[in-house]
Amino acid sequence: MGLLNPVPADRRGCRVSRRALPVRFRVSATAFILLAVHLATATANPYEADATLMPKGKIDQFVFANLRRLNIQPANPCSDAVFVRRAYLDVIGTLPTAKETEEFLRSENHDKRAALIDQLLDRPEFADYWAMRWSDVLRVRAEFPINLWPNAAQAYHRWIRDSIRDNMPYDRFVREMLTANGSNFRVGQVNFYRAVQNKTPTGVAEAVALTFMGTRADKWPKDKLAEMAEFFSKITYKPTGEWKEEIVFFDSRKDPDAPTNAAPQTAAEPATNVTITVAAPPPPTEPIRTNFPDGMPARIGPDQDPRVVFANWLITPKNPWFARAAVNRTWAWLLGRGIIHEPDDIRPDNKPVSPELLDYLEKELAANKYDLKHIMRLIMNSQVYQLSSVPKKDTPEARANFACYPLRRLEAEVLIDALNQITGTTETYSSPVPEPFTFIPEDQRSIALPDSSITSSFLEMFGRPARDTGLQSERASAPTTDQRLYLLNSSHIQDKIVNSPKLRTLFQAADPARARKFSKSDRPNRRDRSEKGAKASNRGRDAEDDAPSAAKPAEFAEALYLTILSRFPTPKELETVAEYAKTSSSRYDVAVDLAWALINNPEFLYRH
Amino acid sequence: MNNPYIPTRGVAPDGRASRITRREALGRGLQGAAALLLADSWSVRAFGAPQAPQVNPKAKAKSVIQIWMWGGPCHLDTFDPKPGAGKDYCGPLDKPIPTNVDGIQIGQLLPELAKQADKYSIIRSMTHGSNGHETAAYMVQTAHTPGDGQSFPTAGAVVSLFKGYAGGYKGLIPPYIVMTKLQGRFAEAGFLGSRAKPFATGGDPSQSKFVVEGVVTQGITEERQKTRRDLLGKLNTIGQSMDRDPELITAAQCEKQAYDLILGDAGKVFDVTQESAEIRERYGRNKFGQSCLVARRLVERGVPYVTINFEGWDTHKGHFQIMTRKLPELDKGMATLLQDLADRGLLESTIVWWGGEFGRTPKVQWEPPWNGGRGHFGKVFSHVVAGGGFKGGHVVGSSTETGEEVKERPVYPVDLVGSIYDLLGIDGAAKLPHPQGLDVAVLPALDGTVKSGGRLTEIM
Repeated sequence: MGLLNPVPADRRGCRVSRRALPVRFRVSATAFILLAVHLATATANPYEADATLMPKGKIDQFVFANLRRLNIQPANPCSDAVFVRRAYLDVIGTLPTAKETEEFLRSENHDKRAALIDQLLDRPEFADYWAMRWSDVLRVRAEFPINLWPNAAQAYHRWIRDSIRDNMPYDRFVREMLTANGSNFRVGQVNFYRAVQNKTPTGVAEAVALTFMGTRADKWPKDKLAEMAEFFSKITYKPTGEWKEEIVFFDSRKDPDAPTNAAPQTAAEPATNVTITVAAPPPPTEPIRTNFPDGMPARIGPDQDPRVVFANWLITPKNPWFARAAVNRTWAWLLGRGIIHEPDDIRPDNKPVSPELLDYLEKELAANKYDLKHIMRLIMNSQVYQLSSVPKKDTPEARANFACYPLRRLEAEVLIDALNQITGTTETYSSPVPEPFTFIPEDQRSIALPDSSITSSFLEMFGRPARDTGLQSERASAPTTDQRLYLLNSSHIQDKIVNSPKLRTLFQAADPARARKFSKSDRPNRRDRSEKGAKASNRGRDAEDDAPSAAKPAEFAEALYLTILSRFPTPKELETVAEYAKTSSSRYDVAVDLAWALINNPEFLYRH
Repeated sequence: MNNPYIPTRGVAPDGRASRITRREALGRGLQGAAALLLADSWSVRAFGAPQAPQVNPKAKAKSVIQIWMWGGPCHLDTFDPKPGAGKDYCGPLDKPIPTNVDGIQIGQLLPELAKQADKYSIIRSMTHGSNGHETAAYMVQTAHTPGDGQSFPTAGAVVSLFKGYAGGYKGLIPPYIVMTKLQGRFAEAGFLGSRAKPFATGGDPSQSKFVVEGVVTQGITEERQKTRRDLLGKLNTIGQSMDRDPELITAAQCEKQAYDLILGDAGKVFDVTQESAEIRERYGRNKFGQSCLVARRLVERGVPYVTINFEGWDTHKGHFQIMTRKLPELDKGMATLLQDLADRGLLESTIVWWGGEFGRTPKVQWEPPWNGGRGHFGKVFSHVVAGGGFKGGHVVGSSTETGEEVKERPVYPVDLVGSIYDLLGIDGAAKLPHPQGLDVAVLPALDGTVKSGGRLTEIM
């Protein structure tokens, strides 16, 4: 296993990027093909770097030690092209543009991967994307069965997104939710307590355990759960005169056995003149005595908010669940599975594959002011994260021990955003009921949608989670035949490609003669087949298409590969495209078919 | 693929997972492995239930056509007229008409359905008490009460689970079809997850070409489909580099199945132009009417569950104008569907189920801002069932003189849905596959905590 020994940086791996690439679209066909051949000869496929593994820090130390012990050879390091795409998708849920990809590949900076990671962590899309992930587990859903109501879901999402944008320390993030009081419309974080189907103290305790301790309290002994429920026995939900507004607050007088007075199910019309009659019981005089989930006794004074007592216990470096659950989730979001898997099923008989690794990350989190970006940076700069997806040994054990970067289908929102970016089109989202109607601005990206109940058959089909339970596994990543049908053959996707203003620009740029012709005949297409979705400006497809040539499709292919797959085509791929171009008399049809084929390529549909 | 109930490989029709070892898959190469698995057709999407679903093979009903009146249709203006209640309740629709069954009257805008009353039974005492769309839609279609921490699948997802591939259905067309849009805002599949979701056709069958999203496209010839597919295969560099990746193997299976549907004959079921102009006319040349026709074509080919999602019944304002426009569409489409199914001998094995999430306030809201609208009303409303073992020509239960309370024989969602399951041979106590492995049954146990008026034995 000499392979795993630290070696000096092998510059061969950087050869591709260090060579200045010719300006796109101006390069002659011959030069382009030569270049492509050169690019591709570095390794047999475009996914692996021609470099030796370079373990760098503790993460690599622990993971590679495990692999060595299990006699599993890790995958090769990934190529720069794979890395740029992977980093964009994992950090900001967004595909790199052709320009961004090219700049990265061209850069001669030796630390360009680390620099890219830092740069991406500061992008505004980072907040959108990670707010989406957190909103899944924090159950941000306006409608049935969570029933937050649209304005409350938006307030909740806004708070989550703002907190992530400001890089609020994770301990404070959790404390603010756990101890919040106020209106569901005005204090976004109080919605944590509304976003549970079962609002009894036990139901809330289960949600808290799942969300912040990464553990399934419904599997605990009954008395342990009942003890934890005590901390959530004084939460009161009170309606106001405003339609669907609800105040969530600590009420020391609350009788924990009283039925939960959460808002009634949606009524037909706004209730007017809401009269609240609370028969006030005498204030309690006795403290609550219960136990924390680790068995330590707790004494809560009669006027003390038990949630604060609980939060003080939870958010300490010594807490066995808190930091562990956070770093394990983060790891799973970046590497496809948890060090403890499922990431929200921490229990004594579900062992981490590397206890040392988990321990190390927990300590790093606590020592760095609960900054989750610090954890992401550590993970993404590791060699483990930067392995290719081409396994040396493909067994469940190898996968569980992170011997390669696992393929995962793009999330629904990321996929549609990527399709829109590639084609220069948009989606329209709205929820006509209930009032107030929700309309999402047209330029808003799907990863930034606040609410999982916005109607969208695409997002449903591609596994957007309902956010019913807060389980990380609710987001479905398995491919289905419906999804394949939709991408291969639906009018929605077809229209995006055929009427794509962006692909048309690329097509013209790859052919200066045509570009001139188009600018003269800038007219709408009579044969517009757009039905819905793709709001594209429809430039005409020229009636008299030029005869196909071998060179021009290659140029167009390069642009499409960079735009869709974030890499240059291989010589074999260029050959295939040239062959294909001969089968059709319409060059634009060829371009459309190529874009279609790349969009339907698993290399586009999966993180890799 | 964390869910133990979602097989990454095929599931045989008997519910057993047909696993192949990696070595086998390797030996056959990707093509071979995919081909082998495809013997099970669409079953990649099906579930491997923990035990083979118990479906009574002798059950009369094989399919369900659900006419879902999204928004909540008014019971007074349709199947439970109250002419004696006066203008404040009936508005202009105060002259109900007799049907071909003595003693049964229905709304005056349903003359064609009046001629078919011997084929269906009206339940006039449906109740659940909820006035929220999502909650009520959930209750009516799952028979469960929300708030138990579970999001149950609708009857469509349950029936297509039991009577779909695991129950012997072999068609290429998915076993649960929605015409044309999903209900949205609440998930039909519930905890069964995305693979139990219905296939929504999109498009509009009353247009000159019914474009079924993914299956029937406009403007791409079969030849181009084939050359494109060939191009896709040749450019699959990642598939060639990682030919053993389980994700990619599953993706390849899905793609093969998708192409079977795109290039094969199965998709012709959606081509209503194969029907005569006369029959298309009888169904009504509108989206709902032609959807009924497509639904008949689907059940003819064995599809176990078709939902026609008929939207637009949430009539807070302009109620009577909307009734005058929409009820004739309902009348023509549904009446022709019943007659056509009966003529073809399909009504015996097909349950037609009509209804929405609730009824509407019997007392018309004449005051502003409604100006002649009706609100949500979950206290009492009507549903209609026909075929598949349900007797026709009966009325179950009744509401009071003004249609504001159940008068006799309350029917709760669990009674109706349970009766439908009985006729389909689905045991309400059977277990559903659950992603967290919880022990949950198809229907809530009638242990006294769940309101029930009993199965609809009087019409079964």
